[in-house]
Amino acid sequence: MTQPLLSVENLKTYFYTGSAIARSVDGVSFTIGEGETLGIVGESGCGKSVTALSILRLIQQPGRIEAGSSIIFEGENLVTLDDSSMRRIRGNRISMIFQEPMSALNPVFTVGDQVAEVARVHGSGSRGDAWNRAVEMLALTGIPAPGDRAKQYPHQLSGGMRQRVLIAMALMMSPALIIADEPTTALDVTIQAQILDLLTDLQRRLGTSILMITHDLGVIAETAARVVVMYAGEVVEQAHVRPLFADAHHPYTEGLMNAMPHIGAARQRLNVIPGTVPPPTAWPAGCRFRDRCSYAWERCEQEHPPLYEIAPGHTSRCHLAVEPERREHPHLPLVENAGATR
Amino acid sequence: MESVRALEGTASNPPLAGDSAPLLSVRNLRKTFPITKGIFGRKAGEVRAVHEVSFDIASGETLSLVGESGCGKTTTGRAILRLIEPTAGEIRFDGKDVRAMGPAELRAIRREMQIIFQDPVSSLNPRMTIGAAIREGITIHKLFEGSAADTRVRQLLEEVGLRAEYVTRYPHEFSGGQRQRIGIARALAVEPRFIVCDEPVSALDVSVQAQVINLLRDLQRDHDLTYLFIAHDLSVVRHMSDRVAVMYLGKIVELSAAEDLYREPLMPYTQALLSAVPVADPTVEKKRILLEGDVPSPASPPSGCVFHPRCHHPARDAACSVIDPPLEEKAPGHYAACIKQPPTQITWDEQARAGGVNPPERYLPVIGQPSRTRNPVPPNGRQP
Repeated sequence: MTQPLLSVENLKTYFYTGSAIARSVDGVSFTIGEGETLGIVGESGCGKSVTALSILRLIQQPGRIEAGSSIIFEGENLVTLDDSSMRRIRGNRISMIFQEPMSALNPVFTVGDQVAEVARVHGSGSRGDAWNRAVEMLALTGIPAPGDRAKQYPHQLSGGMRQRVLIAMALMMSPALIIADEPTTALDVTIQAQILDLLTDLQRRLGTSILMITHDLGVIAETAARVVVMYAGEVVEQAHVRPLFADAHHPYTEGLMNAMPHIGAARQRLNVIPGTVPPPTAWPAGCRFRDRCSYAWERCEQEHPPLYEIAPGHTSRCHLAVEPERREHPHLPLVENAGATR
Repeated sequence: MESVRALEGTASNPPLAGDSAPLLSVRNLRKTFPITKGIFGRKAGEVRAVHEVSFDIASGETLSLVGESGCGKTTTGRAILRLIEPTAGEIRFDGKDVRAMGPAELRAIRREMQIIFQDPVSSLNPRMTIGAAIREGITIHKLFEGSAADTRVRQLLEEVGLRAEYVTRYPHEFSGGQRQRIGIARALAVEPRFIVCDEPVSALDVSVQAQVINLLRDLQRDHDLTYLFIAHDLSVVRHMSDRVAVMYLGKIVELSAAEDLYREPLMPYTQALLSAVPVADPTVEKKRILLEGDVPSPASPPSGCVFHPRCHHPARDAACSVIDPPLEEKAPGHYAACIKQPPTQITWDEQARAGGVNPPERYLPVIGQPSRTRNPVPPNGRQP
């Protein structure tokens, strides 16, 4: 395999809040190949968004990327890069699409100006060139009458249109990598379908790599080639999309899939994962999922599981990898109802 | 242009599962919000949030209202409880006319009709312990007093899966799922018969969402509750509902038993909506009906069928932009508003007079099955 486009190695992003340390991202590693879509899936508080922000070095006080973390992108370590070089990469080589398009756009400038601004900041060509390129990008994202739309303000556009504007902005400098953080969560389902289609289509045509961050396994199944499942600041499972859905290994991944209501299934009781995600200031020792796990045994309490390779390209952070017979003996998890968070 | 308001009367004769008298009966419910202009608040138009909505809910049943943002589902739920005053229409709860009630009667009826909100954070007072919040309804309706009320509050907490000793804690000490449980306990405190669940799990993570869905179903079974379940997530709705009503631009466009609706959606909008739901199975190549454009503004809804500008039914024609389709029974208990989906009471003569060129034709694009093309439907209706 050739050098991956992005290689995140032992990323640790901690937040120092008063007395406690929130270890939001705690030793995360993954790679993205050129033209690949990698999905990161997990529930709120699992560290997926902080991972994205760390890659772009958008972590602010009291947060800090810990020493020993490395994010290698196109041969450079972004963790140690100086600020001006980082600005050269942000929005240019790596761009980001946020969840809430209304708050990501400035209400007092036209959308055309905001898209064109990307080119002006990165100093390519004249004002007129930038505007023309902005209109071209708006057209590429399927906005009808892009020349007229470019002269409008964000409030004049619908939610789906605004998300297309953000995608146009992200595409302005033909980046090598687009990070999409829950790009369709705020949208209605028919508009979500349009945007997901647009993203997959653009990727096929432009060959851009995409890091797709979402809580929705359906979105992952439809867009990603490989998937990273995060829980409590860690990668708990990593695989290509088909083996992951066909053969989920980690009990958390399994639980997540079973808890999801399926549109094809008849009315039935849903399987639940009991309890809630623990706060990032107090991850349990040993396996971080053990309190909520129906297989956990003594080893899970004593020994923090490494990422075991269970098949080529498929890793899982669960001791079941070495003691598979334990899967035959599920029991009730330790917490039927996790206590209040504080 | 001539506007045909066809078969006005049929909308008042729908939709009840079973033979028993309905617990809640809604007829021709309307809610419009004025758009004002200038400093004198001159009325410049109106937003048609809910338009001629009719349905029944039987005791112990769950009817879901689904649709995208702005379709009027939340307004319908609130108008039924008169949290928003309806503009027109009839609401009967257990035979009593809710719209005719004075303040005292309304307070009394709200003991039987409760609501659970989407956002449990903003629906709880941050300065009130959860014990006090749950106790409020018990005090107002004088259900229990003193230590009996304390016992009741603790019992409610346990019933929704929280520890009784949490009574003295404040809302910020709880996670999203736990706050939603508190919201449910509050609603249950007054022993209601009917609960409007307004997007109760939309703000929750998948694993917690499943816990709350199961809780709502257990409570329904144990207390014989009737739900109006409002949601935009079609997978969640499938798990909750006996019957489902699909709303688009303030109108119910399809209503049927959940099973029938998901197996064989008849209204082209429902078909598109169902096909748009991402499926958590990477081996399925989905046939997806991509709708063009956005939902039109409810301040100027399209003439005729509200869905006609985005419709993908192959027989769509000029008649669709003229005739307002009635919600009519296409199969036993399966109601849909589409004059191109047979059978229809709008005769071919009437359709032809309104400019129709394509006779009605049964159209059922297959849902969730493999296919070669992504958008199998030409954007424009075919010519005869």
